[in-house]
Amino acid sequence: MSDVVDNPANAMKQDRSLLSFAVPLTALLGAILGFVGGQAVNQPLAGFIGGAIVGGAIAYVAGTVLADQRTTGRWAAVGVCAVIGLIAGGIAGIVSGILAGAVLGWVGYWLASGDYRRGVPPYSTSGQVLWHNTFLFICGLIFFFLIAPIMVIIPLSFNAENFFTFTPEMLSLDPEGYSLKHYRDFFNNSDWQLAMRNSLIIAPFATLIAVSLGTLAAIGLSQSDIPGRQAIMAILISPMIVPLIISATGMFFFYSALGNWLEANLGFSQELSGYIKVILAHGALGVPFVIITVTATLVGFDKSLTRASANLGAGPVRTFFKVQMPLILPGVISGGLFAFITSFDEVVVVLFVGAAAQKTLPWQMFIGLREQISPTILAVATILVCISIALLTTVELLRRRSEKMRGMSPG
Amino acid sequence: MTDATASPDKVTGPTPDNAIRDAERESGPMLAADGTPLKKSLARAQRRQKMRALGLVAPLLIFILITFIIPIGQMLFRSVENQIVPDTLPRTVEAVESWDASSGEPPSQEVYSAMARDLVVAEGLKIHTRVGSRLNYEAAGLSSLFRQAGRDVDETGEPFLDAFEESNEAWEEGSTWVSLLTTEEYQSEIAEWQARSDEVGRSFDEPAVDVAYREGFEEALPRTTDMFSDFAYVIGSEDGESPLEEEPWPLVYLSLYEDLEANPEAIELFEGEQRALVEEAMAATEGMGPYDYRAFFEEIDEEWLEPDIWETLQVFSGPYTSGYFLSAADRELTPDGVERVPENERIYGTLFLRTMYMSLAITFSCILLGYPVAWLLANLPLRTANVLMILVLLPFWTSLLVRTSAWKVLLQNQGVINDLLVWLNIVGDGNRLALINNQTGTIVAMTHILLPFMILPLYSVMKTIPPSYLRAAKSLGATNWTAFWRVYFPQSVPGIGAGSILVFILAIGYYITPEIVGGEDGVFISNRIAYHISTSLNWGLAAALGSILLALVLALYWLYDRIVGIDNVKLGG
Repeated sequence: MSDVVDNPANAMKQDRSLLSFAVPLTALLGAILGFVGGQAVNQPLAGFIGGAIVGGAIAYVAGTVLADQRTTGRWAAVGVCAVIGLIAGGIAGIVSGILAGAVLGWVGYWLASGDYRRGVPPYSTSGQVLWHNTFLFICGLIFFFLIAPIMVIIPLSFNAENFFTFTPEMLSLDPEGYSLKHYRDFFNNSDWQLAMRNSLIIAPFATLIAVSLGTLAAIGLSQSDIPGRQAIMAILISPMIVPLIISATGMFFFYSALGNWLEANLGFSQELSGYIKVILAHGALGVPFVIITVTATLVGFDKSLTRASANLGAGPVRTFFKVQMPLILPGVISGGLFAFITSFDEVVVVLFVGAAAQKTLPWQMFIGLREQISPTILAVATILVCISIALLTTVELLRRRSEKMRGMSPG
Repeated sequence: MTDATASPDKVTGPTPDNAIRDAERESGPMLAADGTPLKKSLARAQRRQKMRALGLVAPLLIFILITFIIPIGQMLFRSVENQIVPDTLPRTVEAVESWDASSGEPPSQEVYSAMARDLVVAEGLKIHTRVGSRLNYEAAGLSSLFRQAGRDVDETGEPFLDAFEESNEAWEEGSTWVSLLTTEEYQSEIAEWQARSDEVGRSFDEPAVDVAYREGFEEALPRTTDMFSDFAYVIGSEDGESPLEEEPWPLVYLSLYEDLEANPEAIELFEGEQRALVEEAMAATEGMGPYDYRAFFEEIDEEWLEPDIWETLQVFSGPYTSGYFLSAADRELTPDGVERVPENERIYGTLFLRTMYMSLAITFSCILLGYPVAWLLANLPLRTANVLMILVLLPFWTSLLVRTSAWKVLLQNQGVINDLLVWLNIVGDGNRLALINNQTGTIVAMTHILLPFMILPLYSVMKTIPPSYLRAAKSLGATNWTAFWRVYFPQSVPGIGAGSILVFILAIGYYITPEIVGGEDGVFISNRIAYHISTSLNWGLAAALGSILLALVLALYWLYDRIVGIDNVKLGG
């Protein structure tokens, strides 16, 4: 790439472009940040001017004195802005100062060193460079939109108060502002514990049903000339396509009749029949995910392996467990994880089909959100986010392993 | 040595060699190893394979059919079913059929008489309120009317009961009636049944014996026997009592009077003492009839004289009705045909439209936000793209309720965004932005929730577009925009189509998120369905709304299948 800084012949030009390009732009950004910060303490104009000066200075320093010591330069920017923030806005000011300093320091170096041209061909016009960077910025904002709402609840769940927003103590990083009391509440409250236990009972059984039946069916479906393949596939996928509210409405009528029948004819207790109803319903909802993932894995499965195994004298069952199963296992497991998370997250169907004794975690959260909400929900949400991160990691690893095994992916 | 060379011919069983040689010798059909023609053998093997494949699929297919397809079918059925009216009010339904609704007059005494009989039975079985609430969906106020009538209707014909009992005290005894009307066999059976019931007590649940009348009674005394059978059934099944010990409803006395008035010869059926008893009663009630049922209902509530009520009953008397679907389309069934409901009651049309346009808005914002991200992911080096992909997949894997609660936390009045804006002095503390409990809240939160479903299909389509096309276009002189619009964009349209339909299908059936962040005017049709299931208990209407939504989704699904194919649904990239 064209590294303009290292070229002594361009030194003069570089100096001029620093003064006419990087400094004013960083100053503008600084002015905007300063204006916003100043707004908070009712001094927007002072903030605007101060921000512009600080921004310009940072860019100038980044382009000249500390051009080769990025880390030092950035920390210096953070430090300067933090001090200004402290003077202007006290403890909350420090936090915003640190953030603004980090942004300005990064942008200053990015502009002053010409890094902003990386990623576009050297012959690009300035308009193209501008568009490229604007595009990256927009994408960054969208990623921020995707991830920020999930991340924001994690610090909030450690709130010492019963608020749903950041308290001044939290912003000033005061340990007094944080506590584990919502987590303690979750582990001590019998409602939440019952919900947790129900979720952990229902989801595994539903997964078991979906995975065992789904894997067999996917193997059957992958065999070449099965009659009515399209129709069968449509039926098996339908629980995923039909909106949950419709599935729930249909199931509401059917399963209450089923429950009565189970209680009257087989003598099941009301609790047991309640669990059976919810497990069956969730099993049905999880099936499409298993079918889809396992079918996808089977696409890459070499059929001659089963023939070879049969040729060597293995029966169908032995072939299945010793040859086919190990190869499609990643697909089966990720299908199972999908089925698990479907049941674990599902709330509409369980609301309609289950009774209070089958209250699951999402149900309890739904009640909490609809009525007066307690921050315990945020603690639960944080725990659930951790669980989803774990599941996501597992699925990704499995997917890569399976792709690697089938030679579909280079990395 | 010789043994070895000669062996193929000496082996008694068939070997592959035999088959080949057979095939060579005569140019007949090619044979398999066991001598059957190859074609047949192949067909058999394929059939076996097919059956095995079907056998593998069968358990799941049956499971899904029972746990999913049948419930959905049952819901569809429930949206047209109206059994409760003809089942609970069989006599009224039959009698009101011949009434001319356009006359503007209340129906005849016959209809009121049928209603009194039906209501007495329904009240005894405690189901009169159910039919009341069913009819209340069609005409408000009927529920309370039925409940009230249920309380008073068992007094229908009271003067006749009094007159009968005054003529002879024997009429007070249930046993008098039993011996008067029924066969001896029945009498002994019911006596035994009563004895068993007394022994067991409250939890006795053996069904009562069907009443058997003496020869010719049912023909000669149709009303009396009909009413008495119902009476015996109701007290038997509800209270575990037999007609031997219970005084019948006044309507039974009235029925006997009416039967004997209509058919005086029927008195010949009774003999001896019993005949004297009946004649005595008839003498006592001389000139009391005919009983004015209409006046009786008028006394309960004047509204029973309103023709509107009977119109409703007449329209909704069949075992199947299109009423629920019509309500779902803001229309109602009247004797003059289908009409639109008054302007201020048209809610479902608005709600369906709102569901559609909000889903469209969500789909559109998903395209707007998803397209750049998918493009970036598809064009970055794989390693970086995989890292960034996690930012897309994490929301995808995170519980729906977690994301919804996050938005509630962010958007609410005292929430993070409003606090930030207030802190920055952009809005005053007094006029915080209303971001939640309205359409904005629903659209923002649902766009966030459904965005991964747009990015993933877009990404998988864009991944297949070679970047060299764009470069080629540019080197041929296209500007950046032309190259994108004329070369890249058309190739990414299938991805947009797939993602849009997926997002739209998912959005249109959403319930949880609108319920929590939607407030009054941000709710979808699904919230209304849930309301009818759990609060208003108008299950027929809920089923009809669900069926309409289902039809809509299936149409979109069919489209999706045409564009993308069901098999190409991908999860998590």
